[in-house]
Amino acid sequence: MRIVFEKRKTTSVAAMVLVPVVSFLVSLVLTAILLLVFGADPLKTFAAMAAGAFGNIHGFSETLVKSIPLMLTGLGVGIAFRLKFWNIGAEGQLTLGGVAAAGIALFMEPFLPGRSLLWAAVLGGMLAGALWAGISALLKTSLKVDETLVTLMMNYIAILYSEYLYYGPWRDPKGYGFPGSRMFSEAAWLPRLFGRAHAGLWVALILAVVLWIVFKRTRWGFELQIIGASQKAARYQGIAVERNIVLAIMLSGAICGLAGAFEVTGISHRLQQGLSIGYGYTAIIVAWMSQLNPLAVPFVALALGGLAVGGDQIQFVMGLPAAMGVVMQGLILFPMLAGSLFTEYRVKVLRREPAAACTA
Amino acid sequence: MRKTVLGLLAVLMMVSLVLPATAQARKPLKVAFVYIGPPGDLGWTYEHERGRLALQKYFGDKIETKYIENVPEGPDAERVIRQYAIQGYDVIFTTSFGYMDPTLAVAKDFPKVIFEHCSGYKTAPNMATYFGRIEEARYLTGIIAGRMTKSNKIGYVAAFPIPEVVRGINGFTLGVRSVNPRAQVQVVWTNTWYDPVKEREAAVALLDAGCDIIAQHQDTTEPQKAAQERGKFSIGYDSDMGKFVGDSVLASAVWNWETYYIETIRQVLDGTWKTHQYWGGLKDGIAKLSAISPKVPDAVKKEVETAQKKILGGWSIFTGPIKDQSGKVVYKAGEVIPDDKQLSMDWFVEGVVGKVQ
Repeated sequence: MRIVFEKRKTTSVAAMVLVPVVSFLVSLVLTAILLLVFGADPLKTFAAMAAGAFGNIHGFSETLVKSIPLMLTGLGVGIAFRLKFWNIGAEGQLTLGGVAAAGIALFMEPFLPGRSLLWAAVLGGMLAGALWAGISALLKTSLKVDETLVTLMMNYIAILYSEYLYYGPWRDPKGYGFPGSRMFSEAAWLPRLFGRAHAGLWVALILAVVLWIVFKRTRWGFELQIIGASQKAARYQGIAVERNIVLAIMLSGAICGLAGAFEVTGISHRLQQGLSIGYGYTAIIVAWMSQLNPLAVPFVALALGGLAVGGDQIQFVMGLPAAMGVVMQGLILFPMLAGSLFTEYRVKVLRREPAAACTA
Repeated sequence: MRKTVLGLLAVLMMVSLVLPATAQARKPLKVAFVYIGPPGDLGWTYEHERGRLALQKYFGDKIETKYIENVPEGPDAERVIRQYAIQGYDVIFTTSFGYMDPTLAVAKDFPKVIFEHCSGYKTAPNMATYFGRIEEARYLTGIIAGRMTKSNKIGYVAAFPIPEVVRGINGFTLGVRSVNPRAQVQVVWTNTWYDPVKEREAAVALLDAGCDIIAQHQDTTEPQKAAQERGKFSIGYDSDMGKFVGDSVLASAVWNWETYYIETIRQVLDGTWKTHQYWGGLKDGIAKLSAISPKVPDAVKKEVETAQKKILGGWSIFTGPIKDQSGKVVYKAGEVIPDDKQLSMDWFVEGVVGKVQ
């Protein structure tokens, strides 16, 4: 008897719905076992986590605080992934977007009256993200340099550059030497909805819908789809492959940069440590779990944001060590990612050896 | 008979009126601690946790204490502090410098909750700060390091270039140079409070550069272990690190939060708590010198004792003449660096090799 995985010719709708549900149940069972080992009541823990993340205004606003950058970066890398362009540089694009927005908010105030300061900061963040991502796209299309390595390594450059700035020239002279820029003036603060949840939420939701329309209903979206499926085919169709890749990746970077701009103008109101805390990497998980469907991204991001905020309760309510929260997040994500195998492949159990060649 | 019954009823009614009030008064005071690392770091957080446990033991069921560990400085901290405030905690201790602004933000929204921030400088009517002159203990450890070094190069693994850390390096170096003017203290910045791997790497780099004693301003015992593995001595910080690492730790400058935590909570329970900026020293017992390793000769121990008596007698370790790194006298003989200049210290004394970034 042998078990083989056979690629599905068409993605099964039933599998697309069933697999995430079953994976989620498997995750719950795995975490429950872990909790039992540590002597905690799993049901109580799950209830406390859900209540902490969604059960009150404070928790929900904090879940949104985590979800908004995940939505944006998830949408951003999703565009690149459709082209089979493996942009894992969302973290760097986010960081540089935050740096650019902070630079404008800190130093352009004399020239930009009132709210134009915020607008400029946000646009500057997008531009920085777009250019940063654009470098990797240009290297790919002109010199065939592998984008996975380039985008990953550019993350470190961006993060170290931001550290240089808030440890060095941008450090708050009144901050007693602690790293971090001074606070922006309030003109550069992004409006908040409730708690710390900010207006970036609306932008992220609108972007999700717009991107969905672009992919489903526009010529450009269709061209990108063909490029993603086969660059050769796209060229036969007369599609400008290189130009479209560069444009799409710049859009991807712009959205990640926007996430960074929102982090500094909406949450921290300064450039400081804590800007790069892995949103750009979690974005990859968001993009895959939503099967690259922009409309699914907000929901997945909300779930992952809730997981992070609900994780606090493991310490608050259950009194378990902080590391347990991280382990649980891993245990929940792992089956979800493993499950995606089953949406793309069909499992076949072969009872008889089909051919001698195969057993060799 | 009827009268006695009526009388009893009246008494019962009065009791029932009084009871809820006393029951309410008995509700334990809820005290929360926010930690940057785990109590298992055997250093900074470990000492705060010891303080918390002592506090709980001292007040018993009059108070209820809880802590949350591994809370990063930055935007995440505000969420955690706010959550404690929402859960109805009466007093919240936040025990890392980077929690200052988040603590202040939450304090503004919860005027009835008392916030105590360790090591910062911002206060509010309901937010106090507390810290200690650990550099006094460091000065004493510096005397030991100055006597025990053979290469005259002492390494110092340091967290952030902020006044708290700079003060410690200067205090330590003044101690070293008081007995060995040829010795130098070489500083490496890690830019993190708690990162065992980075702390170790920094110590190894200093050892490679020829340092034969490792001092530190970090949260864990990793620099001590790195020195021990090379057969070198070290000076501990936060806790009595000799207990965890061994005799190679010559002495440690240790924190003792217990007294402060008990006193603060007593004031809260009495209703006498007022915002303040506490900055105690050796004589208050908040900063201490640990037991000294048997590897240190008695003559050196005597020297340390003499200096300790001087400090306990009111002498400041920051008494001139003090020279800066260029050799220029910045404080003349007999002149003491005033407190506000100590709190904003951003320059190194002569004998330190390195830069305040």
